[in-house]
Amino acid sequence: MPMNVLEVSDVSIKYNGHLAVDKINFDVKEGDLLGIVGPNGAGKTTLFKAIIGLQNHSGKIKLFGYNEADYQPLLPLIGYVSQKVVFEPNFPATVSEVVSMGLIPERKLRKGAMLLKNCGYSWNLLYQKVGKDSDKVLECLKTAGLESLKDRRIGDLSGGELQRVFIAKALVKDPVLLILDEPVTGVDADAQNKFYNVLKKINTENKITIVWSSHDLEAISKLANRVACMNRKLFFHGEKEEFFSNKELLKTYAESAMQMHMHDHN
Amino acid sequence: MTLEILGYSFIQKGLIAGVAIAIICSLMGMFLVLRRYSLFGDALSHMAFGGISLGLFTGIYPLWTAFIVSVLGAIGITKLRKSTKISGDAAIAVLLVSGLGIGVLLISATGGFKVDLFSFLFGSILLISIEDMLLILGISSGVIVALVVLRKQLLHLTFDEEQAKVSGINTDKLNYVFVILASVTVITSMRLVGILLISALIVLPNITAIMFGKGFKKTVMLSVSMSVISVVSGIILSYYLDLAPSGTIVMISVAMLVGTLLLKYVNVLGKSQELQKTV
Repeated sequence: MPMNVLEVSDVSIKYNGHLAVDKINFDVKEGDLLGIVGPNGAGKTTLFKAIIGLQNHSGKIKLFGYNEADYQPLLPLIGYVSQKVVFEPNFPATVSEVVSMGLIPERKLRKGAMLLKNCGYSWNLLYQKVGKDSDKVLECLKTAGLESLKDRRIGDLSGGELQRVFIAKALVKDPVLLILDEPVTGVDADAQNKFYNVLKKINTENKITIVWSSHDLEAISKLANRVACMNRKLFFHGEKEEFFSNKELLKTYAESAMQMHMHDHN
Repeated sequence: MTLEILGYSFIQKGLIAGVAIAIICSLMGMFLVLRRYSLFGDALSHMAFGGISLGLFTGIYPLWTAFIVSVLGAIGITKLRKSTKISGDAAIAVLLVSGLGIGVLLISATGGFKVDLFSFLFGSILLISIEDMLLILGISSGVIVALVVLRKQLLHLTFDEEQAKVSGINTDKLNYVFVILASVTVITSMRLVGILLISALIVLPNITAIMFGKGFKKTVMLSVSMSVISVVSGIILSYYLDLAPSGTIVMISVAMLVGTLLLKYVNVLGKSQELQKTV
């Protein structure tokens, strides 16, 4: 039985005076690729921020069975890729320099490593075996298919390439959990496919647990093994097959997504 | 001819202190420019102006009062930004005018401008004593060591503050350390170009270096080199042409920026970049 990497119990979040997340419950097991679907404004980003410690909330969040008061040393081990990273367009950093920013100094990992050891988690240290930091960076660039772009300045990349840079930056720290917030919004189909291949690879080959929010139901049906569907409240959480065979649920999701879409455009 | 001028002790002291200041302004300036704090140096130096006036008014050594007032101002403005969502440029304006206000007020109370104040306003690198030079060298070394130790964290903070926080960097603490280092840099550098031109040293070499389209390490090296070249050539040139060193240094930096812009305009830099891509 795989262990629970993340448990979210009765989590509610008030954002700008209204309830953005309403009593949500779900868990993520080791090796999962959980796809979270929900229309814009469903509270997905807010929920992610609560998990990584940037957002106040009520209810309980547990990482590897540890309560929030105890899991702080594990937070740096979560790889988080936000929806859009805003940076100076002429920021003087190359792709490999940006990926290197993700490296965590060993002294900062010690406490987290101890917590993982105590709960019996076999931390996937694929990249640490590689040795030197520069080799780790190169390995992650390879995984994300960015080897040929390593010396390119970050501002010269396309949206799809950029998102893969941020994935590589999150990977270089040997994450125990990777959280991706609508990573390919506004990226063309070809770049999306490349991105999905990288995602599959890091989940199956590198055995990294992933939580990924997306509007792309087709991609989720191909890649995820479990699905959560939310719009402030949780409507579904379970195996992918169950979600995609539930016509009623899919219809409700399509309607609410459409409503939100209309709302956004009015 | 050049050798002869290097024999003068006031030129030697000026050059040594000038190079140290060129390095710290360029290093600190890189982070300030990239964080859109370009005018922060100006605001801090105006705060320092208030501090210097306070020193002259109370009879305390003006550089100490300048340092204290700048650091307090910088910390205050960082807190203000965090708690009130005042935008960066408005916060800088608040800092700038408050410093200037205090300064003008205290000067009028002491009965007008004094020679001392002019050397702070426009710089007086060729008038520094050996003790001043050693102090500038000591402080500059401290700033350089701090920046080298904190470079990775500062770069992450500058690139993406939220991600820096998630990866376990104490961003609040680092922000305070950053503004204190910036204050120290500005106060130390006032002797070279003066309060009125300090932003030039912080901003010009960095925006020129960024235009070359290189990565972070190379851009920093370019910026430091250009900063040092402009200070050294500015001091030497000002001696022969009998001009103010501060103005000469700044105008050489401006010339470098304009020259780089022209190169870009005729696409020399652009072409070299494309060449790199195809190789």
